[in-house]
Amino acid sequence: MTVPSAPLASPRSLSDLFLSFTALALQGFGGVLAVAQRELVERKRWMTREEFVEEWAVAQIMPGPNIVNLSLMIGSRYFGVRGALVALAGMLVAPLCVLLVLAMLYTQYGQHPQVAGALRGMGAVAAGLVAATGLKLASTLRHHPLGQLGACLIAAATFVAIGLAGVPLVVTLLGLGGLGWGLTWHRLGQEPKVPPP
Amino acid sequence: MSGPALVFSAADWLALAGHFLGLSLLAVGGAISTAPDMHRYLVDERRWLADEQFSASIAIAQAAPGPNVMFVALLGWNVGLNAAGMPGAWAGLALTLGCILLPSTVLTCLAAQWGHRNRDLRAVRAFRQGLTPIVIGLLIATGWILATGRRYDLADVPLWAVTIAATLIVWRTRVHLLWLLGAGAVLGGLGLV
Repeated sequence: MTVPSAPLASPRSLSDLFLSFTALALQGFGGVLAVAQRELVERKRWMTREEFVEEWAVAQIMPGPNIVNLSLMIGSRYFGVRGALVALAGMLVAPLCVLLVLAMLYTQYGQHPQVAGALRGMGAVAAGLVAATGLKLASTLRHHPLGQLGACLIAAATFVAIGLAGVPLVVTLLGLGGLGWGLTWHRLGQEPKVPPP
Repeated sequence: MSGPALVFSAADWLALAGHFLGLSLLAVGGAISTAPDMHRYLVDERRWLADEQFSASIAIAQAAPGPNVMFVALLGWNVGLNAAGMPGAWAGLALTLGCILLPSTVLTCLAAQWGHRNRDLRAVRAFRQGLTPIVIGLLIATGWILATGRRYDLADVPLWAVTIAATLIVWRTRVHLLWLLGAGAVLGGLGLV
């Protein structure tokens, strides 16, 4: 990376941490990842792009909402467990308040045919948002250790199991997930040893 | 669109909590990837939520800012509402959001450091890369289930068209998501889909 190595900043206090994550969460419509990258790396300069990608990879390995995991990890890096909890609260409290107002409005007006229609339309769009995220990520399968075909077959099998056949998630994860893990582990073992970067 | 009126016993609340506690540790690739299982459990199996309530919860959460795990809070809100009115709604919200977050949060706090130190281990790399196809298949399946509810009715064809259009636009362009949700709301509000 050719980015000049200006010194990194860090959150000044727990309240700075809380407010930063609140601001971040409130900007994140339809997911927070893109905003998180811009805020944490480019605006606040708490971490380099490389550090962000690394943390993000770990946040993805861990079960649970990725962005919540990321806030926990960043918070704990600066202020230990207290920092993790404060960052988590910053990520959740304000959005939860917004959501509660929306939920009450929904409870009040959900029966009106026009509101119901609007929500049906939004629901159809939201379904597309999720599917499109999957399709965007599918481009990463091109460089998968199992080869594009093998990785796509596993993805397709997951789609059939969950989307068409209604197999419980735990069965699918243990079965296909275990298969993917095992095959990839085997394949990585056949690679020539690459010195770590 | 009201949901089914329910009589909820303590055992039912416990079952609800248990299901979300368990899903928390299965949510590899984000909370949204557990949505199909929540649909299977809450709508198909237990009949605690109407299908419309389920998709409305996701739609509202997507339209609101913040992590998309928030849809879980709304599912809990609606189950609680069906079970015990407003007090139930608050209880359901706290219960589901707490349960979906607690195990994964504890595990993340414990394991983040270990994973970071050992990110070059073959097993860790294989885990991360081996699960990517699963995560992708799950996301597309989630879109499918949200769009169809796994009930295939020709009357829903206009809705599916909206979903397919939204999928292509988000996939191929950088149009802001709020415009799309707004367009969906207008189409639905006018009774066109």
